[in-house]
Amino acid sequence: MPHIVIDEARCKGCGLCTIACPKKLVALSDSPNSMGFTVAVFSDASQCTGCTLCAEMCPDVAITVFK
Amino acid sequence: MKQVFSRPESLKDIQTHFCPGCHHGSVHRLAAEAMDEFGVRGETIGVASVGCSVFLYGYFDVDVIEAPHGRAPAVATGAKRARPDRIVFSYQGDGDLAAIGTAEIIHAANRGEDITVIFVNNTTYGMTGGQMAPTTMVGQKTSTSPYGRDHSKDGYPIRMAELLAQLEGVGFSARVAVNSPKNVMQAKKLMKTAFRYQVEKKGFAFIEVLAACPTNWGMNPLAANQRVGDEMVPYFPLGVYRNTANL
Ligand SMILES: Cc1ncc(C[n+]2csc(CCOP(=O)(O)OP(=O)(O)O)c2C)c(N)n1
Ligand code: SF4
Ligand code: SF4
Ligand code: SF4
Repeated sequence: MPHIVIDEARCKGCGLCTIACPKKLVALSDSPNSMGFTVAVFSDASQCTGCTLCAEMCPDVAITVFK
Repeated sequence: MKQVFSRPESLKDIQTHFCPGCHHGSVHRLAAEAMDEFGVRGETIGVASVGCSVFLYGYFDVDVIEAPHGRAPAVATGAKRARPDRIVFSYQGDGDLAAIGTAEIIHAANRGEDITVIFVNNTTYGMTGGQMAPTTMVGQKTSTSPYGRDHSKDGYPIRMAELLAQLEGVGFSARVAVNSPKNVMQAKKLMKTAFRYQVEKKGFAFIEVLAACPTNWGMNPLAANQRVGDEMVPYFPLGVYRNTANL
């Protein structure tokens, strides 16, 4: 099943991935990483198409996509 | 299951110092992907400028020379002439390239040096606290234009991609943005063209990237990203302004 993996340590919580996903599967959480950034989380892998758009938008290359 | 998106090899796997939502990170990745595409990681020399991208040498897995403010195209000229077998690129902000380094970029372009220049236009001097740059939008408030840029005193924002496209020495000149998936895909394609020019020895290549500086714009990352499309793109149109080899 296509899915993404968000590297929490690298995520800066900018939210740019959240506006990229056509299916709105990525959202910002309230949980901070060790840098204090509230990280992005992925939900509902059953709907992910592996289109890579979220990863293409991430300025910190924190998202890996599997298909 | 295949990994269909991962970090390019030419970009080291380390945390950058860029602010959240800073587009420098995206531009770094696209440049690294272009180096991967042509398999030139081992033979590339980067020339870093002065600005928030000064730590380029820590992020790209290639050799890097650090140039004095604005002088990256002159340093790149020397590197390329000494080692014509290498792929040489400079990476410069708008304060660096369009203000203090105006002479160097114009003459390197006019001489048609076989280099690739990546120009990150975020309408401000990022590293030093958001002073007005030649690219600052009319009305934009910065630390040195607290009432907004006044064109009667400060002139209008300079369009570097169009300006350089007038010069006979230039092979390729384009402007892209990384504020939406669609624009990122186009930026990816044209970043590769900017490197292909050098790989195929077709002449000087210039790529301007419209970029957000959320910190000095006083905006959150999403609002800053939005501003690129709403305010910058209408004044700085995206497109290819010169492509002599039709690559
Ligand atoms: C000769 C010299 N003058 C001034 C400075 C101070 N300085 C450091 S970075 C910078 C501006 C960089 O702005 P820009 O090129 O737009 O890059 P950004 O930080 O926005 O990416 C200036 C003026 C310097 N380091 N050296
Ligand atoms: S790969 Fe595409 S569908 Fe899956 S989370 Fe990312 S943007 Fe959404
Ligand atoms: S775009 Fe990248 S850094 Fe920004 S919130 Fe998403 S995963 Fe985190
Ligand atoms: S100050 Fe601006 S250009 Fe510099 S790292 Fe932060 S957001 Fe990027």
